[in-house]
Amino acid sequence: MKYIDEYRNEADAQKVLAVIRRTVTRPWTIMEICGGQTHNLIKFGIDRLLPEQITLVHGPGCPVCVTPLELIDKAMAIARRPDVIFTSFGDMLRVPGSRDDLLSVKARGGDVRMVYSPLDAVKLAQKHPDKQVVFFAVGFETTAPGNAMAVWQAKQLGLQNFSILCSHVLVPPAMEAILSSPMNRVQGFLAAGHVCTVMGYWEYEPIAAKYRVPIVVTGFEPLDLLQGILMTVQQLEGGRAQVENQYTRAVRREGNVAAQKLIAQVFEVTDRKWRGIGEIPRSGYRLRDEFAAFDAEKRFDIGALSVQESPLCIAGEILQGLKKPPACVAFGKACTPEHPLGAPMVSPEGACAAYFQYHSETVGQ
Amino acid sequence: MIDLSATCPIPISDYPHITLAHGGGGRLTQMLIEQMFVPAFANAALETLHDGAILDVSGARLAFSTDSFVVHPIFFPGGDIGSLAVHGTVNDLAMCGARPLALSSALILEEGLPMSDLWRIVQSMQNAARAVGVPIVTGDTKVVDRGKGDGVFINTAGIGIIPAHARVAPTRAQVGDVILINGAIAEHGIAIMSVREGLEFETQLRSDSAPLHDIVARVLDVAGEHVHVLRDPTRGGVASVLNEIAAQARVGIRLNEAQIPLADAVRGACEILGFDPLYVANEGKFIAIVAREVAEQVLATLRAHPLGRDAAIIGEVVAEHPGKVYLRSRIGGLRVVDMLSGEQLPRIC
Repeated sequence: MKYIDEYRNEADAQKVLAVIRRTVTRPWTIMEICGGQTHNLIKFGIDRLLPEQITLVHGPGCPVCVTPLELIDKAMAIARRPDVIFTSFGDMLRVPGSRDDLLSVKARGGDVRMVYSPLDAVKLAQKHPDKQVVFFAVGFETTAPGNAMAVWQAKQLGLQNFSILCSHVLVPPAMEAILSSPMNRVQGFLAAGHVCTVMGYWEYEPIAAKYRVPIVVTGFEPLDLLQGILMTVQQLEGGRAQVENQYTRAVRREGNVAAQKLIAQVFEVTDRKWRGIGEIPRSGYRLRDEFAAFDAEKRFDIGALSVQESPLCIAGEILQGLKKPPACVAFGKACTPEHPLGAPMVSPEGACAAYFQYHSETVGQ
Repeated sequence: MIDLSATCPIPISDYPHITLAHGGGGRLTQMLIEQMFVPAFANAALETLHDGAILDVSGARLAFSTDSFVVHPIFFPGGDIGSLAVHGTVNDLAMCGARPLALSSALILEEGLPMSDLWRIVQSMQNAARAVGVPIVTGDTKVVDRGKGDGVFINTAGIGIIPAHARVAPTRAQVGDVILINGAIAEHGIAIMSVREGLEFETQLRSDSAPLHDIVARVLDVAGEHVHVLRDPTRGGVASVLNEIAAQARVGIRLNEAQIPLADAVRGACEILGFDPLYVANEGKFIAIVAREVAEQVLATLRAHPLGRDAAIIGEVVAEHPGKVYLRSRIGGLRVVDMLSGEQLPRIC
């Protein structure tokens, strides 16, 4: 299959691995930002094929994982209302809130529906004028244009019954938060290819320069990942700290300008709380005042919710690359995909779920 | 005597309600079966946890199986709920090594179902049963209030007779055995998903729904008791059934990703949705675990049959990692293929 097979070719993968082995002379710790990359690194067994000197730590780029607990509880409070059709991407449905998840709300009669695009939620709102349709707008820069488009269309259509529960987050501030932490161990980054498809990579250049850290925009297929790792290692070994683009077939330096314009029209940058990490200044989007009518938090007065994270869960340390999942005392014991204590065990992109699914010999260690 | 102390074996605090994942064929389904149904109904025939029960009746070995069909939409590319209900039970019998003898059909109809839809379904069942050569000999009809059913639900049960040379059971998987499949995986699940969710792809995806009794009979004719395990990877897909077999036979299973047949259109759909085709349902595929010495012969037999043209050897049974399934990825890395937990949900990005 075109665009897939050539990036999963075993002979080519072995060649890149051989070059990586020849290039590495000392230990390096590299973080892949995106949960999709974490998943494929482990799914294709790349983590076990790399030389021992390379440690991959898994970044915060799992939108499901970093959505704050309060917001998930708010989502459930809204979804329980009889006048609401609550729509979401599939993997948000199983994320545990303080007590249960959206699928449980559905099981008890809430109208919770999985959609593949926020525009489908807009269509639902047109089809059901007697209902309030709410879309759970989470994600990084990758999903922001689609969500912005949904709100923009709803406004054009004059829809009174569509709103979004918004928890958009941004990659560069999270990278800075990780790099400026005194406990940081990350020496190089694989930047998330899809985020950069939208935003380009110019905004990473000051980060690479300020923190002296190589950043390689990397795709998601096995050969993309291997090449991204190789390019990062070559920079580290050569003492360079630049932004390079491995994912040239999808990413340009300036990104998708039309998408960025739409985002800027609908959203503005705001401080945002990240689950497990805490508040990061200017690290998210919220709806601009002109679009406030489409903000579900304003439309539904949920009031203050008191939330309780599991005291066992170390999601924050996992998401900052400080620890790997098997280092958690709850991993595979108190915390499993059936009984997740924290979001990284829920999402297929979460690091804990990836380790549980593909490295099950580490469970119970 | 009624045991008054009996408490629900599934911790109510964990699952006070049934969720869709309890019917997904993965870990939660298995939990219901192992912790609630098997202990409650305890008997030797049930405890083999095969696709059907095998009963000794005055010297003859009968296979007995039942299956309910709740597919939505009821008509889909490649079949409908009627043909699926016939194929499903015929296939469960075939997985016991049995030749199907007779089927029952119980219909639960929702008030308001168009009569023309029911007639289409009944004709489809008739055609499917005729093609298999198995009569539908008894049945039942119930109607529920509008809103209490999804148009139509069908339960079929079937009995079949197991020939003397067939000796299949999940526990017979042995180290050194070879694992085959009769064709490309994940076609049913992706076809249903694409119509249910209104996803449009360039190629129309069709369900692989088909009766497997004939191709299985041919395999048993050439390899007899060297056929150790037969299993149709329906809900939960290839990954789930192989995990069950590995656990029941206490053996390791090693798959080779590059050898697993997968149509480009299905693969593309899985890539877009973020699904692993190993966990997606099939309705016209079966896994055969056979002794190594007959593997090539079984492969040739499968490929000579219209339902086995794309048959392939996809893995082997190994002594290492008993109870676990490993997969050698396309780029040569190794990973665990675990039981699916819950339903596969399309990811955000």
